[in-house]
Amino acid sequence: MRNPYRTQRVAFFFLLLATLLIVIPVGLIVVVIIQKGLPAINWQFLSDMPRQGMRAGGIFPAIVGTLYLVSGAILFALPIGLLAAIYLSEYAKDNLLTRIIKLAIVNLAGVPSVVYGLFGLALFVVFLKFGASILAGSLTLGIMILPVIITTSREALESVPQSFREVSLSLGASKWQTIRHIVLPNAIPGILTGTILGLGRAAGETAPILFTVAAFYLPRLPKSIFDQAMALPYHLYVISTQVPNVDEKIRYGTAFVLLTLVLFMNLVAIIIRYKFRKKKKW
Amino acid sequence: MRKFKEFIIEKLIVICGLASIFFVALIFLFLLKEGLAVFNTVGPFKFLFGKSWYPISEPAQLGILPLILGSLLVTLGAAVISIPIGVGCAVYIAEIAPAKTKEILKAGIELLAAIPSVVLGFIGMITLVPLVKSIFHLPTGLTALSGSIMLAFMAMPTIVSIAEDALYSIPKTYKEGALALGATHWQTIWRVMLPAASSGILAAVMLGIGRVIGETMAVMMITGNAAVMPNNILVPVRTLTATIAAEMGEAVVGSEHYFALFAIGIVLFIISFAINVTADLFLHKRQQ
Repeated sequence: MRNPYRTQRVAFFFLLLATLLIVIPVGLIVVVIIQKGLPAINWQFLSDMPRQGMRAGGIFPAIVGTLYLVSGAILFALPIGLLAAIYLSEYAKDNLLTRIIKLAIVNLAGVPSVVYGLFGLALFVVFLKFGASILAGSLTLGIMILPVIITTSREALESVPQSFREVSLSLGASKWQTIRHIVLPNAIPGILTGTILGLGRAAGETAPILFTVAAFYLPRLPKSIFDQAMALPYHLYVISTQVPNVDEKIRYGTAFVLLTLVLFMNLVAIIIRYKFRKKKKW
Repeated sequence: MRKFKEFIIEKLIVICGLASIFFVALIFLFLLKEGLAVFNTVGPFKFLFGKSWYPISEPAQLGILPLILGSLLVTLGAAVISIPIGVGCAVYIAEIAPAKTKEILKAGIELLAAIPSVVLGFIGMITLVPLVKSIFHLPTGLTALSGSIMLAFMAMPTIVSIAEDALYSIPKTYKEGALALGATHWQTIWRVMLPAASSGILAAVMLGIGRVIGETMAVMMITGNAAVMPNNILVPVRTLTATIAAEMGEAVVGSEHYFALFAIGIVLFIISFAINVTADLFLHKRQQ
């Protein structure tokens, strides 16, 4: 008869192996990019315009472009996402409509990023005649990160205990006053986490901005929201596939800046969530 | 006055609550608006099953079968790699890892999910592509296989986190009952917990695969982008997503090529919609 304990040891070994097969490559990716990208980073690289067809100089306009796009996306998505989350957690009844809304959110999260690009092109660039612009790109990214913000904010709101609401309502506060002064303040860390995760996602995406805003090579800063802009992820794509003979240092340096930006945001989100969980008063 | 203000705010909340439905519908409408025009020149059947994609030749040949097969091949490869590893990792995190390790592993998985696809594509180009080239003695390492491996990494965070949730939400009594009857920990996992979590795990796998089909940048950078009918996994392929991303820049707004790319977008939208709705049904079934 087979020894069940030996089977268990073998099985657990394979489970550990599977875990290592994920974790080790992730670690390697991060380490390689830091190791090769960090030496490329200096003030000039961060603050200079790209030169000689992107084979020299810095990535300043790409950084600025990404910051503009991300701010625009969050300006659009945060108010709508937060109100949608309030609706789902405080107002929605358990009925078919709510079920459809939830399904729509899941679908919005699942739409391929390049399809967002097509949508942005059709609606904002062509139909609304914004042209390829920061406005069109920001709105496209904003709709893309909406599900992230709704889902995390809703979780944050729902984790506020029911008794808080009941006490507030029993003291004569209206529903909106209760939400505004009791529920929201207690949910802020969770909402912040969601917002930052959304920011990180928007900063790293390339496909949605391909046809809505991204400029191949634009060695100046955008002048208005109707201007095109460079962006970090698109810039990395361009210098690693479209332009031959770019110094490896520049490629790794760009990858490093993008990865640092995105991981930094995620780290902040994780820390806020962790601290919040520890401090929870209920 | 206060009542009026609250009335406005509550209406606003309801409107925003419905925004997701509105946006999904809007996306679909605009894809249809721009994409359906292609069927004036190509029949839907010929579009889906035509074997050649030469959008800028005269006359243009707009058959997306090679692209569909490219997507399928890459996705299948990624699924074969990511499902066992992802589910295995989920079981390890949910059941075996000590509490501290668990937190670290979860953070690591989240980290992987956060890495932008263009960075993964870049890393894949530099490390994986030469490796595949030299191992299989190929003229180029830009193949479906390289794409599959890279995409497997993008599917894993989804698979791991949702499958782990599914395992975690099984009532503790199931596990305790099995252990009390003298089953080993592994027997409990294999015979009790995995079957109990099966619909959640299935949903995890589907959503992971959904992510793979929709992935664009990494795929475009490392699969070689040859829009030909693939005959094995070691040749360059081009996926649906990569075709849109690579060609839309050159397509003239309002041209046949432009409409065709939007029609590909419709196909992708329908695929992802079907996957998400089905996965949601599985997840919902679990909760009942």
